[in-house]
Amino acid sequence: MRDAEKKRLREQEKAKERRQKEMIRERRARNREYRLVSGFFVLIFVSLIGYLIYFNVAESETFINSPYNTRQDTFADRVVRGNIVSSDGEVLARTDVSEDGTEERVYPYGNMFAHAVGYDSNGKSGLESEANFSLLTSHAFFLEQLENEFRGEKNMGDTVVTTLNTTLQSTAYQALGDRRGAVIALDPSTGKVLAMVSKPDFDPNTIEADWDTLVSDESNSSLLNRATMGQYPPGSTFKLVTALDYFRKKGSLQGYSYLCEGSITLENHTIQCYNATVHGQEDFESAFANSCNCAFADVGTILGGSSLRDTAEELLFNHSLPMKGARKSSFTLDGSSPTALVMQTAIGQGNTLTSPLHMALITCAVANGGVLMRPYLINSVQSYAGDTVRVTKPSEYRTLMTLNEANLLGNLMREVVISGTASALNGRSYTAAGKTGSAEFDENGSSHSWFIGYCNAEDPDMVVAVIVENGGTGSEAAVPIAGQMFDAYYTVN
Amino acid sequence: MINVIVELSKYLILTLMIIYTFHCFYTVGRQDEEEKKELLFQQLTLIFTIDFTAFLVIYLKTWEFKVVLFYVEMMGFFALLQILYRIFYHKSSFLLLNNMCMLLSVGFIMLCRLDIATANKQLLIAAAASGVALIIPLIIRRLKFLRKLTWLYAGVGVVLLGAVLVLASTSYGAKLTLLGIQPSEVIKITFVFFMASLFSKEADFSTVVKGTVVAALHVGTLVLSRDLGTAVIFFVTYLVMIFVSTRKKSYLALGLAGGACASVAAYFLFGHVRQRVSAWKDPMAVYQNEGYQIAQSLFAIGTGGWFGMGLCQGSPQVIPIVKNDFIFSAICEELGGIFAICLILVCMSFFLLIVSIALKIKNRFYKLIALGLGTEYAFQVFLTIGGATKFIPLTGVTLPLVSYGGSSVMSTIVMLAIIQGLYILREDEDEEFERRRKEAIKRAREGQRA
Repeated sequence: MRDAEKKRLREQEKAKERRQKEMIRERRARNREYRLVSGFFVLIFVSLIGYLIYFNVAESETFINSPYNTRQDTFADRVVRGNIVSSDGEVLARTDVSEDGTEERVYPYGNMFAHAVGYDSNGKSGLESEANFSLLTSHAFFLEQLENEFRGEKNMGDTVVTTLNTTLQSTAYQALGDRRGAVIALDPSTGKVLAMVSKPDFDPNTIEADWDTLVSDESNSSLLNRATMGQYPPGSTFKLVTALDYFRKKGSLQGYSYLCEGSITLENHTIQCYNATVHGQEDFESAFANSCNCAFADVGTILGGSSLRDTAEELLFNHSLPMKGARKSSFTLDGSSPTALVMQTAIGQGNTLTSPLHMALITCAVANGGVLMRPYLINSVQSYAGDTVRVTKPSEYRTLMTLNEANLLGNLMREVVISGTASALNGRSYTAAGKTGSAEFDENGSSHSWFIGYCNAEDPDMVVAVIVENGGTGSEAAVPIAGQMFDAYYTVN
Repeated sequence: MINVIVELSKYLILTLMIIYTFHCFYTVGRQDEEEKKELLFQQLTLIFTIDFTAFLVIYLKTWEFKVVLFYVEMMGFFALLQILYRIFYHKSSFLLLNNMCMLLSVGFIMLCRLDIATANKQLLIAAAASGVALIIPLIIRRLKFLRKLTWLYAGVGVVLLGAVLVLASTSYGAKLTLLGIQPSEVIKITFVFFMASLFSKEADFSTVVKGTVVAALHVGTLVLSRDLGTAVIFFVTYLVMIFVSTRKKSYLALGLAGGACASVAAYFLFGHVRQRVSAWKDPMAVYQNEGYQIAQSLFAIGTGGWFGMGLCQGSPQVIPIVKNDFIFSAICEELGGIFAICLILVCMSFFLLIVSIALKIKNRFYKLIALGLGTEYAFQVFLTIGGATKFIPLTGVTLPLVSYGGSSVMSTIVMLAIIQGLYILREDEDEEFERRRKEAIKRAREGQRA
């Protein structure tokens, strides 16, 4: 009897529980859409937070350092602008504070680092602009900062250590002399810019006084950094691109032969070799070493405009380059371009325009097994006392070509030094490789002198790109400068 | 010396904000009344400490006596609000009230730092609105016919928006204000009431059509007035309310597809939409024109970094319309990115609190109102913060309770009062339920005895 009652009670209990559970389930079902909606909005809020974190980590630096951002200039009220020093420890820019507190920006090397380091009044340029935020931020020891705050004194801004080397920079500067042009040198395995010179130049110490003259003098454009922003026809240095395209299309350079008679005429358009030199029977390698225009015009017609364009664009023509302030190179050929323009473009004339930096970057990829490292000028940032704040880690920018292709182009460039137009670099204590160029820029056949190349061909140490405006052939003006740069590299290292 | 205080206060405010944010989420799950009370009290203490620190810094940096005066007035307002709610509505959600005070505080701090005159105006409006809003929970509780006024809500909305389109003058490229107020802020409330009352009865196809027509009229008029942000908020609220009432995903999909088509059409039809998009894609490329605002905003956010420049240490005043649409950027610059993230989390917990109230209510009409208002709030927060940070194109809406804007503050405070009313209603429901249960038990016992 009592057992039966217990059982009944237990069953009642169970039924009650079941009912309750059902109610909850029902309520859940009724609220399912509400939960979905609130879940969606939670997702939205979380994505907002995620984006804000992403912005602060990845994007904010670009915006902070924008030349339009005048905010950081207010930092100058509390921070003394930091130094810029070279990789070998020389001061390239410093701030002198006089007794009465007035500050003066001093550039001990004057004109030599004008474009690379830049200036800090009448706007900003170069590293003064790029590293503005770091220069006006202090990572001094916090107790010292605190003490300065109590005293109402300014803190010392951080020191920016560049990748630039004073020996290499001064070599390039002296070698260019009074001629216009640019020299840029990079370490292909890291992307470090070792030297960057552009001429004509200016003295950043007196920029305020000279400003009006500099700006109004359009024939010199002294403020323009020709290394990164100059726009020149690439001349025969472009044959590197043509050669790569030929290899990609044919799979091999073997089997190409050409009989050079000093000129080639197709569809009423004639292209001549330099000085109408007759090179005679050539294979691909010797045509490249001789910088034979006729052979490469012929190669151009084999490849056609659209194929050349594909390879050129893979080598970053018509694309922005991975360096702040660098100008894009332009390449205009396509499938419908007339033969005459294809022939001209294949030898580096036509409408193509490029900068020394861009040609140097292509050479860097060749010298580094096809991988282009992101070029950079800031090696590290330190507190004024020398404690490291951050160090730039070398990073791959993009693979421009395969290892095989890089080796192939490397061999072609090596041959240019051994038996071709850059043989002046042969027989030195190091092995060199490169390509010369004479980029015609007017009707009279005057040309800019180009050289791109690297030293220690087996395991490249340094890439240089040299252009001397109106300097004649590559071997006349540019090759000797490159030679001095290579020599200087081995006196330093 | 002052710089040291400013610098230290930065970290103090940040720490307090992090604790407060933690509280927001922690308090929700607590059942124990005593513990809850304790937590809510701690929250209030946190708000008051943040306010004290922030205003002390502003005073030290400006030496303006007006700042002290403002601080005293503001504290008076908060204290009065808390006391009045405890007297008249002891059953209301004090977590909601605390969050409201917190968001208003952040707004007051930034406005006071940017321009004390606007801060004073904002305080006056907030106080007036809160005073009026005190009777709203009572209205919600007593006036049961509110759910029957479907077409009155629709009519008020369409007529007022039409009047703005025809009569208002253009400012910042959009027609917004009529006689000094922004009717669209009021209509945010009537629109939700319309949708809720329409769908509280039925959710069949013809009801959906009716709702769609009225919503299209609202959104269309807003687009023509170039008030894109509000138009998008209405559209999203419409979609959410239709989806929840009909429980059909197909409507949602259809609506989203329609919305996508409409956005593309708007892009090609309206020059100002294209401008917004181009400024969003690359503000630096169009810096001199439409990109300027957003670029300045990003400079501010970037310069602020994680910890901020400290109050009165940055230059947020160079951002155009910083007090309204870009207040978030000013917060990022001076109070820091981490503080800003906490602020987003507080907004999120605010939204979740509203939804949780909606979940617990049984009455369909009130349930839909709570969700509709919550949706409007959440999406507006998304639009303004997303716009200022370049996550999405800029639409030009305010950050509710934080941004300066009389109509916006007023309507948000009214909205929250409505939600308080609903919360109290639910508490009543619970009590009713408890009472009936007890009665039933009593009856059952009596039955047994008999």
